[in-house]
Amino acid sequence: MELLAAADHDGKILAGGQSLVPMLNLRLVRPAVLIDLNGVPGLDHITPSPAGGLSIGALVRHAALAASAPVIERAPLLAEAARHVGHPAIRHRGTLGGSLAHADPAAELPAALVALDAELVLHGPRGSRTIRASDFFRGLMTTALAPDEILIEIHVPPHGPGWGFAEVVRRAGDFALAGVVALVGRRAGSSGRSESARLVGFGVGDRPARFVAAEEILTSAGGDPSAAVARVASAAAEASDPPEDVHASADYRRHLAAVLTEEAVSQALTRLDGARPA
Amino acid sequence: MIAPADRLSIRLTVNGRIIEREISARRSLADFLREDLGLTGTHVGCEHGVCGACTVLVDGESARSCLLFAVQLDGATVTTIEGLTPPEGLSPLQQAFCAAHAMQCGFCTPGMIVATTELLRTNPAPSPGEIREALGGNLCMCTGYVNIVRAVAQAAAALRGGAEETS
Repeated sequence: MELLAAADHDGKILAGGQSLVPMLNLRLVRPAVLIDLNGVPGLDHITPSPAGGLSIGALVRHAALAASAPVIERAPLLAEAARHVGHPAIRHRGTLGGSLAHADPAAELPAALVALDAELVLHGPRGSRTIRASDFFRGLMTTALAPDEILIEIHVPPHGPGWGFAEVVRRAGDFALAGVVALVGRRAGSSGRSESARLVGFGVGDRPARFVAAEEILTSAGGDPSAAVARVASAAAEASDPPEDVHASADYRRHLAAVLTEEAVSQALTRLDGARPA
Repeated sequence: MIAPADRLSIRLTVNGRIIEREISARRSLADFLREDLGLTGTHVGCEHGVCGACTVLVDGESARSCLLFAVQLDGATVTTIEGLTPPEGLSPLQQAFCAAHAMQCGFCTPGMIVATTELLRTNPAPSPGEIREALGGNLCMCTGYVNIVRAVAQAAAALRGGAEETS
């Protein structure tokens, strides 16, 4: 913390280095001081919490997250998202905290944590504060972190069986052209099924994008939400404001937002059905 | 208060040898291996983590040496393509790359061998799809992927000791 303060807004925190070091090598960022977090103990834990969720240190590598038994059991959506980050060599080094602080809008983990309604613990000279994932991402590679703060821990609540994850990539491990994560839950005591929903797109805007209108269509669909999936998908496409670049046009990404919403929601409903007590 | 350092001492194991050096804090692992240790088998292609040519094993796990600073490797064990090559002859993977014509210019080959060495350690019988996924982070600009996938499948079969046809 002292080093970061002394760097006077010209320091950068190095975690896994899988995004920062390419930017350094390309001279896209040129901080005066680089502070390596890897020597700091106590930031690479995955601890099951009494409430059924998980506390995850910011330095947990993607490979560890994807392979962790407590993560697979309590937040399988997060393990699935981690499996889709980069290539094996990148997953061995890249960290959860680094991915969040970097805030690439096409990244899987920020979207998963917004869908999960995770809480992020930021630590700075004024102490620690906790912020919801949906309030953390402020825009393209922009977060709520102050220049003298460090993301140290992520609190992930447990989630139910109704989850889905879908993305389109040109090549396994690339950043997604677009992707969607879905969490669909039953209201306690209800016999119906999709009574709560969180749908979050990535690669379709300047930050993880919650498809609120699409969520409402799904939760108000009543008896058979699968009949509403097409309407949910088109609402997601309407809510998308994707970038246009050499990899894909904005129209194509918007189309993908609809197709992938349909896919992710269908996965979630299928899993929810499979887990439904007879 | 700790001051930022420009030079640091490190001690690490590279291909079984213990190395102690004082180096510049900004030196990448790739440059350290090639220029300080003369291990030029590790190739440097894109220098920003895309091409995979500089892949090495750090504590047994694949990593991009262009995205690590050598000073971060204090206490670590690094294995390069030189360390995966037996003193005499070639490893089964290297033999299979030769037999299946899995290299054209050869620039990507060290990274391919390192990445697939790791794959075969964790998955001795990968499907062609699994081989392609494991090599997703390694580019062959000659586009010789078909023979590379074939070579890895052949090496896997040879390592399993079977006589299975894998073409």
